[in-house]
Amino acid sequence: MDVIVGPLFTGLSTGSILLLAALGLSLTFGQMGVINMAHGEFIMAGTYTAYLTQQLVGDAGVSLLIALPFGFAVGGAMGLILEALLIRHLYHRPLDTLLATFGVGLILQQVARDIFGAPAVNVTVPEALRGGVDILGTTVPKTRLFIMALAVVAVVAVTLVLRFTPAGRRIRAVVGNRDLAETAGISSRRVDAGTFFIGSGLAGVAGVALTLIGSTSPTTGQSYLVDAFLVVVAGGLGRIKGAVVAAVALGALQAVFETYSTASLAKVGVFVVIVVFLQLRPQGLFTLRTRSLA
Amino acid sequence: MSKFLQSRLGTWSGFAAAALVLFGLAPLVLSGFRLGLFAQFICYAIVAVGIGLAWGRGGMLTLGQGVFFGMGAYLMAMHLKMADAEFRGGPGSVPDFMELAGIRELPAYWAPFASPVFTVAAILILPTAVAVLLGLAVFKRRVKGAYFAILSQALAGAFAILLIGQQSLGGFNGLSYFRYFFGFTINDPVNQRMLYFITAAALLGVVAVALQLRRSRYGELLVAVRDAEERVRFLGYDAANVKVVAYAVAALFASIAGALFVPVVGIISPASVGIVPSIMFILGVAIGGRATLVGPVVGALAVAWAQTALSEQFPSAWTYAQGLLFVLVIALLPGGIASIPALAKRLKKTRTASTPAEATA
Amino acid sequence: MPHRFSPFKGRPARALAASAAALLAATVAAACGSRAGDESAAAAESCLDTSGDTVAVGALNSLSGTMAISETTVRDAIYLAVDEINADGGVLDKQIEIVAEDGASEPTVFAEKAEKLIREDCVAAVFGGWTSASRKAMLPVFEDNDSLLYYPVQYEGLEASENIFYTGATTNQQIIPALDYLAETGVESLYLVGSDYVFPRTANAIINAYAEANGIEILGEDYVPLGSTEFSTIVQQVDAADADAVFNTLNGDSNVAFFREYSNVGLTADQMPVMSVSIAEEEVGGIGVENIEGQLAAWNYYQTVESDANSAFVEAFKAEYGADRVTSDPMEAAYNSVHLWAATVEAAESFAVEDVQAAAGGVSFEGPEGTVVIDGENNHVSKTARIGEIADDGLLYTVWESEGPIEPDPFLEGYDWAADLTVTE
Repeated sequence: MDVIVGPLFTGLSTGSILLLAALGLSLTFGQMGVINMAHGEFIMAGTYTAYLTQQLVGDAGVSLLIALPFGFAVGGAMGLILEALLIRHLYHRPLDTLLATFGVGLILQQVARDIFGAPAVNVTVPEALRGGVDILGTTVPKTRLFIMALAVVAVVAVTLVLRFTPAGRRIRAVVGNRDLAETAGISSRRVDAGTFFIGSGLAGVAGVALTLIGSTSPTTGQSYLVDAFLVVVAGGLGRIKGAVVAAVALGALQAVFETYSTASLAKVGVFVVIVVFLQLRPQGLFTLRTRSLA
Repeated sequence: MSKFLQSRLGTWSGFAAAALVLFGLAPLVLSGFRLGLFAQFICYAIVAVGIGLAWGRGGMLTLGQGVFFGMGAYLMAMHLKMADAEFRGGPGSVPDFMELAGIRELPAYWAPFASPVFTVAAILILPTAVAVLLGLAVFKRRVKGAYFAILSQALAGAFAILLIGQQSLGGFNGLSYFRYFFGFTINDPVNQRMLYFITAAALLGVVAVALQLRRSRYGELLVAVRDAEERVRFLGYDAANVKVVAYAVAALFASIAGALFVPVVGIISPASVGIVPSIMFILGVAIGGRATLVGPVVGALAVAWAQTALSEQFPSAWTYAQGLLFVLVIALLPGGIASIPALAKRLKKTRTASTPAEATA
Repeated sequence: MPHRFSPFKGRPARALAASAAALLAATVAAACGSRAGDESAAAAESCLDTSGDTVAVGALNSLSGTMAISETTVRDAIYLAVDEINADGGVLDKQIEIVAEDGASEPTVFAEKAEKLIREDCVAAVFGGWTSASRKAMLPVFEDNDSLLYYPVQYEGLEASENIFYTGATTNQQIIPALDYLAETGVESLYLVGSDYVFPRTANAIINAYAEANGIEILGEDYVPLGSTEFSTIVQQVDAADADAVFNTLNGDSNVAFFREYSNVGLTADQMPVMSVSIAEEEVGGIGVENIEGQLAAWNYYQTVESDANSAFVEAFKAEYGADRVTSDPMEAAYNSVHLWAATVEAAESFAVEDVQAAAGGVSFEGPEGTVVIDGENNHVSKTARIGEIADDGLLYTVWESEGPIEPDPFLEGYDWAADLTVTE
């Protein structure tokens, strides 16, 4: 039984981790075409937020609950600053933002190294999340269940915001057609800043959650970044639905490959599948029908 | 000045000056060690010329040049290991590192690399062919811009992971300890100088090819595709083919650079081909001036030199400097160093235009 | 039908191509050095100058990049040893001056900087290196320039260069004692988990051969890419296999993710102990003591080793770098390496490489781990093997140690079951 449940669960779990890392990217990349290579460092900032909160609060459970919104604020604030200082000036040059934000990422990593030291620091897992739950013969760690739940909450929240709030409506208008939205009186500049705040905030939340299973070190964010980009590319620009499906699919693929071959080959296999997939659907899983020609 | 540079005479004198520096001045003033280091930098510059073509002229941000650099390097390294094994133990011997890894039988795909002719042909053909196939797959489906950049980056990551897993290619340690280069002992100072000369000549050759491509009708088409792909398509050209050629040429240059890098530096490992080294190739090009011919060369040499010089004194500061260079050059000086003269000229022009009274007074 | 375009149809095409080809031909023809088989390929003369009252040595460690975490601690130990020797009057009455370089966690940079240290800074010896990749990259540099490298980290063995002194453990001083210990405690089946690079692969080859000879069953062998933090599948497989113990050769951040996953699925040291060979005092903090308490490690030195030399070492280190710092095996090996070099130079009464090489065999130093002696045959040192258990204070405490120092045997020539592992020439 656990031959099926194991990979299935791992796929869902890996998928939800990927999704948390990619959700924010999907927003910023989708709306503005901005490739933010410092997104991984925003995740890293989230992990250190969790660490600092725990140092101050002490109790691991309480600090995790405080750190989640706090991580959102820290990531979001960093995103706002980056948008205002750099990205805003590089519109119409999306490839240049990629390189410039890579530079920002390098600097943020070194800052983390100089403040917290190069070795990984420890964020204690709350008592309530230790150990596992037995599901159909496979022991499933509670931390991973928590991350899955968090991913679901994040997706629902983002969807609700986009669907039912005035801000969300403006964001969707700008994604659909920037010029037309501006003509309709929407300040695309403010919308961009808002989107960037939410997207980067989600990275911070992802960072807080990832301390439960991974390490907290200056290079933490890097390991998630490339995979997260692949999720966005495969899912289709600006499509939350696409990101969800792509993340779970990639997670499952990785888990299946890994079960039957090695973890290294699984990485390569996933890449091959994506290239082949883009042959079939160059715009990703879900194409956004827009009226813009770009 | 710029008109002169574009004239035939200007081209010749430019090449003559470069040759004078590379073949006359550098060997005179640099010690053996520094000359070897310079040869290593020149390898990066050769990659940069290709990136300048694909990215600067063609608009394709190739974040995965490490793949082609690595292919050239590994192909060359395999030959050097084979030649070494043959010299020590006769034909059919297994290279030393394989013995340590417990591999007793020579893997079949290694065997042809005993032949120098096959190796050189593979270095020139294999990465180019891979680039053509990959380029056709990607560009025919009109995958472009950011999509292409991210795919090429993921390719570099996957390639490095694949290499680490191959024990018959030295795994994480890569291939090192080369003794002979096509029959010449590598550690002889005279031969090291020869290696430098070959590398320098390769740089001049690569620049000449790039120059030729830029000045041909093809070069104009490439820029046209970069600036307005749709229009070029409407004119009846296949934009994908135009891009594939530039991408393949960039891959070929990277492969040549990799092949020269191996005897010059003495090691190739997955650490030199992954995501980060691939982005670092871009840095030099951006700083030098992506769309110009000489900019990428100068930029790559400058960055490599700065890395060596600065990291010796301030390892942590170098990381900051590197990050800042990316941010500042891309944001404030997208044309790179090469655009400074033009900027200065424009500045001067506006100043003289605005103060004619002072000038006459 | 698309238009055709020709890349080569322009003005100065042929002339340029021809000139480039001519240039290439000319340069190749102009140079002709020694060819394969010539004996004349002599190493470059050393520029070491011993006329002054100081002597330069190199410290080559990664201060940036992924390996900086570990290698900066080694650097601290090297400086400590040099300061001690200088305070004692130096070597052959000369004060030691350190020329520091950054290896930047890249093998090519290690090779480049090693060459710079030898040829431009004219150092008498270089201390440093960590990964096998960096050592393999530096090896030809030290051989070609006939200079000395002191390498302070445990490694996969199967190497012995006249120009490298290996002061960390080779496999028969770390992995085999660890296996002996596990077998002694009744372990009959093992699961192997490692990062995908040379040390884990070689270590696991040795473990497989040992297991076959000693009736231990290997229930699984998994590798993850270096730096990987996704252990869900592997820990599930480990859990399902239900081996008596796990042998862990993971590296760096992967250890953090692995042990978190391991304790999260409810596995403990009592049920299935994990024997690690890359986790020292420095790494325990990042993993979290609660995730790793009670697990085992195999090294030659722990901060808690009881000896006068060690208390002096720990005290000096904490006084220099702060009371919250810990000392670990690679740091101790680096500290020993500087003292061993100094002792060898004193014995040879010369800084010249060939004199140091000739005098090295039998030179000993009373180090924190106990007495270490250089083996003149293979340039490794004899070391005491120790199995440590991780306690709740984050330190490791010896639970087993070998009877006295173990002679180094990098090619495992003294073990019959290892005959198939290595080709000896």
